[in-house]
Amino acid sequence: MMQTPIADDRSLDRTADLARTAPLQYVLRLADNALILGQRNAEWCGHGPALEEDIALANISLDLIGQARLLYTHAGELEGRLTGRARQEDEYAYWREEREFRNWTLLELPHTGPLAGTARTERDYAVTIMRNFLYGALMAALWPALETSQDAGLAAIAAKSAKEARYHLQHAAGWVVRLGDGTDASHVRMQRALDHLLPYMNECFAPDPVEQAAADQGVAVPTASLRDDWEAIVHATLEDATLRLPAPSAFVSTGKLGVHSEHMSYLLAEMQGLARAHPGAQW
Amino acid sequence: MRIASTIPSPFAPAFPAAAPAGPRSADDRLAAAWAALEAVPDPEIPVVSIRDLGILRDIRLSDDGATVEAIITPTYSGCPAMSQIEEDVGRALEAAGLAPWRVRTVLAPAWTTDWITEAGRASLRAYGIAPPGRCGSQDSEMGAGAAVRPLRFVPRATQVIACPHCGSTHTEELSRFASTACKALHRCLDCREPFDYFKPY
Repeated sequence: MMQTPIADDRSLDRTADLARTAPLQYVLRLADNALILGQRNAEWCGHGPALEEDIALANISLDLIGQARLLYTHAGELEGRLTGRARQEDEYAYWREEREFRNWTLLELPHTGPLAGTARTERDYAVTIMRNFLYGALMAALWPALETSQDAGLAAIAAKSAKEARYHLQHAAGWVVRLGDGTDASHVRMQRALDHLLPYMNECFAPDPVEQAAADQGVAVPTASLRDDWEAIVHATLEDATLRLPAPSAFVSTGKLGVHSEHMSYLLAEMQGLARAHPGAQW
Repeated sequence: MRIASTIPSPFAPAFPAAAPAGPRSADDRLAAAWAALEAVPDPEIPVVSIRDLGILRDIRLSDDGATVEAIITPTYSGCPAMSQIEEDVGRALEAAGLAPWRVRTVLAPAWTTDWITEAGRASLRAYGIAPPGRCGSQDSEMGAGAAVRPLRFVPRATQVIACPHCGSTHTEELSRFASTACKALHRCLDCREPFDYFKPY
């Protein structure tokens, strides 16, 4: 039995509708970011390099998926006001297709260095930590800025998420320093993870019409305005960690526009498979 | 993610049914609701009530005066106990003969550990969980509002955490994350016992 197909997401992109739909699209991006990183980090559950880290990653995922649930629930209400049909959190998580997810590409990458297609290798905790650090440093600035959003629902979620993001950042930054300034082997792996992941941050700071339209209405905060704060945290920590900042890259990934890396479909298959095999199941 | 169980969890607390009451005034119903909900424990730390934890924010009557409304707020965004708490609140109000009722979840202002009452902090300590240090939340009932929160990415040890078993302040952190979202794991360097620390949030 098929669920009602989700309205063609491209209709939300039409310029005439942009001002109307931008707040919804913006909230969905934040939700997708939290869900996809939560799903990725949950892969460590039962496989962590140490018991404490296994528990830490599971706890961080719990927070991220909790944030995603609140954001999807809020998005469902916003969508209901636009279209007359509110959507449930599970519809967003389990029944949208890859192109409809608008998370930053950074967050869907596997816990490995650069890999193509179906190539597989061992998970690298250095990549996990570096991604949590780069994303955490941005969210620890973005969530507090969103506490004054004109969208009261988003502001309330931001106030909760800000506290969680700060704790996640402390965890990741502590490990960046320990591993970066650790053994030769851990230093090399952390440097490699930084070189691999940093170019994906360009997407997070790249302005685009959705973010601009939502910011014009006082709903969003342009991430570009937080870049200095982010760099201050990142540079100070990398220096403590004896890591070298790679040369700037012109690469801009496109996950927030719905065009993802080849890794996204595998992540979605694992995340959505059960719900799609048993539509509407309750337990 | 929705759980549609009609069978209460075997771990759910039982609430004694109240003697049938005649028509009650609004004040009486509110007072009865507060009394009933005082008895609702937190599902994960059953030695403290949801009121002492600051999860139960308010009880009021709906605009038409007919429905008792319990207002609750989640602790962590991903707190898995929220649906259990909602269910327990409903069963407690039902048992107290306070139908019709409804449970409303609000997100703002964001929950803070500064809302945990002194009685709640004492219960936590007696149970073996070190109560949280103060975060100086602006919405704190304890006052001490701090308008500027510096972003520290290396935690600064400003809080002395006392062992809930022997009271020694000679303690250290074992793990920043522990058995539930709201706790970290510490150990006492004097009595050697590990203990949970309720993280300031």
